[in-house]
Amino acid sequence: MMDAHRQNRLRALTTPVILIAILLAFVLIITATGDKSLARMAAQTLIRVTFVVGLWIFVGNSGVVSFGHAGFMAIGAYCSAWLTLRPQMKGMFLPDLPPWLASAEWPHLPATVVSGLLAALVALIVGAAILRLSGIAASIATFAFLAIVDTVYSNWEGVTGATSSVVGLDRYADEWVTLIWASVAVLAAAIYANSASGLALRATREDEVAAAASGVNMYRHRLLSLVISGFFTGVSGVLLGHSLGVLNPNSFYLGITFITLAMLVVGGIGSLSGAVIGVLVLSVLIEGLVRFERGIDIGGASFALPSGAQEILIGIIMILVLIIRPTGLTGGRELRLPAFGLRVRNSKQEPQSTN
Amino acid sequence: MNAVPQLFFDAAALGGIYAMAALGIALIFGVMNLVNFAHGEYIAFCVFALIVPSSDAVAVMFLGKAPAILLIPVLLALGALIAVTSEYLVFRQLRNANPVAMMISSFALGFVIQNALLAVYGSRPKAISLWPDLNTPISVVGASVPLLQLIVIITTLLVVSVLALLLKKTRVGLEMRAAAENFTMARLLGVRANVVITGAFALSGAMAAAVAMIMVTQTGVADVRMGGQIMLVAFIATVIGGLGSLPGAVAAGFLIGAVSVVLQAALPLDARPFRDAFLYTLVIVSLLLRPQGLFASASAKPRV
Repeated sequence: MMDAHRQNRLRALTTPVILIAILLAFVLIITATGDKSLARMAAQTLIRVTFVVGLWIFVGNSGVVSFGHAGFMAIGAYCSAWLTLRPQMKGMFLPDLPPWLASAEWPHLPATVVSGLLAALVALIVGAAILRLSGIAASIATFAFLAIVDTVYSNWEGVTGATSSVVGLDRYADEWVTLIWASVAVLAAAIYANSASGLALRATREDEVAAAASGVNMYRHRLLSLVISGFFTGVSGVLLGHSLGVLNPNSFYLGITFITLAMLVVGGIGSLSGAVIGVLVLSVLIEGLVRFERGIDIGGASFALPSGAQEILIGIIMILVLIIRPTGLTGGRELRLPAFGLRVRNSKQEPQSTN
Repeated sequence: MNAVPQLFFDAAALGGIYAMAALGIALIFGVMNLVNFAHGEYIAFCVFALIVPSSDAVAVMFLGKAPAILLIPVLLALGALIAVTSEYLVFRQLRNANPVAMMISSFALGFVIQNALLAVYGSRPKAISLWPDLNTPISVVGASVPLLQLIVIITTLLVVSVLALLLKKTRVGLEMRAAAENFTMARLLGVRANVVITGAFALSGAMAAAVAMIMVTQTGVADVRMGGQIMLVAFIATVIGGLGSLPGAVAAGFLIGAVSVVLQAALPLDARPFRDAFLYTLVIVSLLLRPQGLFASASAKPRV
C-alpha cells in the first residue's frame, strides 16, 4: 500500500512522460503532412522547447527572471561550430582559433555534449558571482552578462567571425534530433524539479526568509540549477546552429530573450508543463499568423494580413493572456495522470501541489 | 585642443541623456514597482512622430517642420500621451499581477509599438535633420564643444531641478514621493493612486520625448531600434542607482556616461570594440559590492 506522499511523488514523474508524448505526437502529426517547411518549423519549435525548458530549470524553480540565457545559447552554438566545422573553412573564416581547435573535426554528439558543458561551466563561473544577488539586481546582472557575451561575440573577429555570419555548419538537426534533445531536457527538468535540491529551491522561491530559516542554502541550489539550465540552453544553441547552418551573434540577443521569456510566462512560469505548452502554443500561433500574412484562400477569396501584423498580434495576445491569466495558461499546474484507485481514501489530505 | 575638458563635456552630455532616460524608468518603478521595458519604444515613437509616415530612406519632416517653440511642447505632450495611454490600456489592468508578469507585459507592449513603427516606417534607418545648427562646435575653456552638448547638459540640469521642485513643492509631487516610499501605506493615508500613477507615466513619457529630441539632433538618424540600447543603459542606471531612488537614477546615469567615455578614451585600440563588455563587467561588480544600489535610500532595504 502506497502512502499519499509516495504516490504523489510517483505521479509527479508522469509529467515528463505526458509532455514527451505530446512532443512526439506533435512531430508525428507534422511529419504525416509531409510538408518540408512544416518540418523545419517543428525542428525550430523543439529547439525552443529545449531552450525554454532549460530556462525554466532555473527561472521556474528559483523565481529569478534571467535575461542572460541567450548568452549560454550563443556560447554553446559557437563552441559546436569551432568543434565541427571543416578545418579549411575555419582557416578561412576564423583564422585566430588556436591550432588544436582549428584542426578539430568532431562527430556531432560529443561536440554537442562538450558545447553544453562549456555553457554549463560558464554558468557556474558567472552564477557564482551573480547569484549572490537577489531579486531584481540578479536579473539586471544576467542582463549585463548577456550584453557582455553579445559584445564579445560581435567583435572578436578572428574567433567568432564577428557580425559577418559563420556559415557552413552541418544541418543535421532535423525534427527527430531536436525531439530527442527536447525530451532529454524535459526529463532532466522533471527529475531536477522533484529532487531534494529542486524542492529546496522552490521553497526559496515561495519565501526566501522562511526557507533560509529552515536551513536551505539558497545560493548553492540556485547555482546548481543554473548550471543544469546552462547545459540545456547551450545544447539548444548547438541545435539552432545546426538547424539553420548559419550563426550570427544577433540571433542570440534581445529577440530570442524576449520571445522565449514570453513563451515561458504565457505558458505559466510556475510549472514545467507551462514551459512546454507555452512554446507549443506560441510557436503554432506564430506559424499560423505567418502563413496568414502570406495570404490564404477562404471560399475563393484570398485574405492576407498586412506584413508586420503577425508580430503586433503576438504582442497583443501576450498582453491579453497576462491580463486574463497572470499566472499563465497552465496557472502553475503540472499535467499529471489522474489519481489511481487506491488514492481515493487519501483525497482529503491531498494538498495538490500547485507548485 | 584640450583633452580633459573635452572629455568632461562628452561625459556630461552622454550621462545627461542616460540620466534623463533613467529618471523616466525610475519614476514608474518608484510608484508601481514596474520595470517598464516599453520606455525605449516611447523614445522611438517620439522620434518617428517627427516625420511623415513612409518607408523611404529619406525622411520628410512632419511634426519636425514646426518651429521649436511649438515642436517642443507638442512632442513632450505626445510622449506623455503615449505613456498615459499605455498605462490605461495595459498596466492598469495588471495592477495586482506580480512584478514578473508586469515586466513581461511591458516587454510585449514595447514589442507591439516597435513592430507597429516597423510596419509603418520600414526597417531601414532614416537620415533626419532636426536643428542641424546645434551641432556646430563652439569653443569653451579650450575644448571645442557642439552647442548641443551644452544644451543637453543644461537641459538635464534644468529637467532634474524642475522635477525636484515639482516633487518637493506640489501636492502631486508629495503624493508621488509618498507612493514611491510605500505605496500601500500612502493609499491608506488618502493618496490618490490613479492620479499619482497617471502623473508618473505622463512625466516619464515627457522625459522620453526629451531624450528623443536630443538623440535625433545628435545622431541625425531615426531608427526603430534606437530606443532599445538607451533603455538598457537607463535600466541598468536605475538599478545601480538604487531602485526607486530618483537622485540615485540621475547620479548613476551620469556615472555610466562618464565611465563609458573614459573607457573609450583610456582603453588600448585593440580592446576598444569590447568597451561595452568592460562597462557591463563594472556593472556586475558594482551590483556585487552594493546590491541595494550605490545611492539607495534607507527604506530600499527589504524588510523581513
